[in-house]
Amino acid sequence: MAICTGCSLLCEDIVATYENGALTHVKNLCRKGHGHFQAAFTERTVPMIDGEQVTLDRAIAKAAEILKSAKSPLLYGWSNSTLEAQAAGIKLAEKLGATMDDTSSFCQGILMERILSGKIPSCTLDDVRNYADTSIFWGSDPSSSHPRHLSRFSYYPRGEKRQKSYEEERTCIVVDVRKSATARLCSNYYFRVAPGGDAQFMEAILAVLEGKIPKVGDKKKMIELGSHLKKTKWGVIFPGPGMIDSLQDKMELFERLLAKLNEITTFKVIPMVGHYNMRGFNELMLEKTGFINRVSFKGGAAAHGPEHSALVAAKTCDAALVIGSDPLSALPFCTAHALARLPLIAIDPRRSLTTDAAKVVIPSAISGLEAGGTAVRMDGVKIKFEPIIDTNLLSDEQILTRIMEAI
Amino acid sequence: MVGAMEIYMLLPKTNCKKCGLPTCMAFAVGLLGREKKVDECTPLIEEKKYEAKLKKLREVMAPIENASETGLIIHPERCFGCGNCVVACPVNVAAEPTRSAVGLGPESEKVILRVEDGVVVANNLKECRRFGPNKTLCNACTATCPSKAIEFV
Repeated sequence: MAICTGCSLLCEDIVATYENGALTHVKNLCRKGHGHFQAAFTERTVPMIDGEQVTLDRAIAKAAEILKSAKSPLLYGWSNSTLEAQAAGIKLAEKLGATMDDTSSFCQGILMERILSGKIPSCTLDDVRNYADTSIFWGSDPSSSHPRHLSRFSYYPRGEKRQKSYEEERTCIVVDVRKSATARLCSNYYFRVAPGGDAQFMEAILAVLEGKIPKVGDKKKMIELGSHLKKTKWGVIFPGPGMIDSLQDKMELFERLLAKLNEITTFKVIPMVGHYNMRGFNELMLEKTGFINRVSFKGGAAAHGPEHSALVAAKTCDAALVIGSDPLSALPFCTAHALARLPLIAIDPRRSLTTDAAKVVIPSAISGLEAGGTAVRMDGVKIKFEPIIDTNLLSDEQILTRIMEAI
Repeated sequence: MVGAMEIYMLLPKTNCKKCGLPTCMAFAVGLLGREKKVDECTPLIEEKKYEAKLKKLREVMAPIENASETGLIIHPERCFGCGNCVVACPVNVAAEPTRSAVGLGPESEKVILRVEDGVVVANNLKECRRFGPNKTLCNACTATCPSKAIEFV
């Protein structure tokens, strides 16, 4: 059995057959995971300096030289690396006095901080399968982002206390700005909000729960939703980036909603983490530094603040190491532009816009396929995996250790 | 998916009874249920004025004729491989109560639906509730599909 590192569900029941260096047959893997597994055979990177192919040793030595001569380097990425590689990265950052940040900084970070500090109650996905009777997808579309979410945990499977499952015992509610693929599955409980209207919708639910008339939305439908939430025995909310981006600094409202729901019944929250080990990075950073992301090790002690986020640090740092991420495609233009002008080191198994623009490219093994390690699933469960394809490539952890040795 | 009315509009609408059925509408329903074949409507084949209609009818009937014994049509290009149908199918649940029923990928050969190479495939259609003359109109797989990748005729 193989483990898929295509998304943060880390599906453990994959049966893959490889023959003559190609994926011949694979079972139980969703379309997204299938693409991830096939990625091992296309567009692989080679060690490069300034666009010219070099030996791996020279690329690593050049990377070490750039990082060593930089005054304030930025180490960014990490969400697609194993816990072992992240731990090596933190050591490297401490040694360099670098700024370290990951994708949670502008994605699920504000929610993850509250979950890891215990302000917002959470649970595991296995609890969801066994006990949950209401799953709310708020600003998330698991059918597209985590295709097996509904079938493995949140809606269709039969659990210990939910033997009749979706037919009688489970309800799926979707709150989104568009009628997503998931919303099509539960059209009776689909609530459309205007972009940025999540806070208002939250206030409307709070009003209904307190017995008042809601100010927004279809009043009859909102009252129906309120009475359904009151009748729920064990509920769970899966907030996606849609909700987090819309709420921004109004997260207290979400905390209030959860406190109110938990006065009436049990409600938990599991963030819809995208990358397979973003939660792992947040947990590891919290353990080592006391902060989940946006940390600067300049001067020895760990400092945290918005000024250390990748978005700001990209403009103030003088060199950057990007690992397992493609910020030049994913981040806003001004940040991408600032990053592209720096001496950039990219550690990536596959070609991307970032590797194309990087000064030094170091190829790595794909975690989960060619390299083993440990990762943390979106609900905090640690999952260990072994490589399923033989390779001569170094893992992220080995590359980072070699860079550190060379500094 | 094409409906009986759409097929009826492409028939001669003369109720000539040459196909053995009393009306063209009954023949359209027969075509949709795969009990009748397009060639059984002799006027449509023989008379030149229906040539365009015949061509169109063959086009709309092509996916129906390729459907499986239970009328199941899978569009692999639309499938997400989410496995909702695999977990929801009552036959799969009965065949693998410790795997398919709890959300894991099936292992045995008894299941009808399984996800292979990223898309759903159907086997063992004789076990399907829609198989044979005494079929039940179960729609667990189509109702749980987020992308309409599975359809029944």
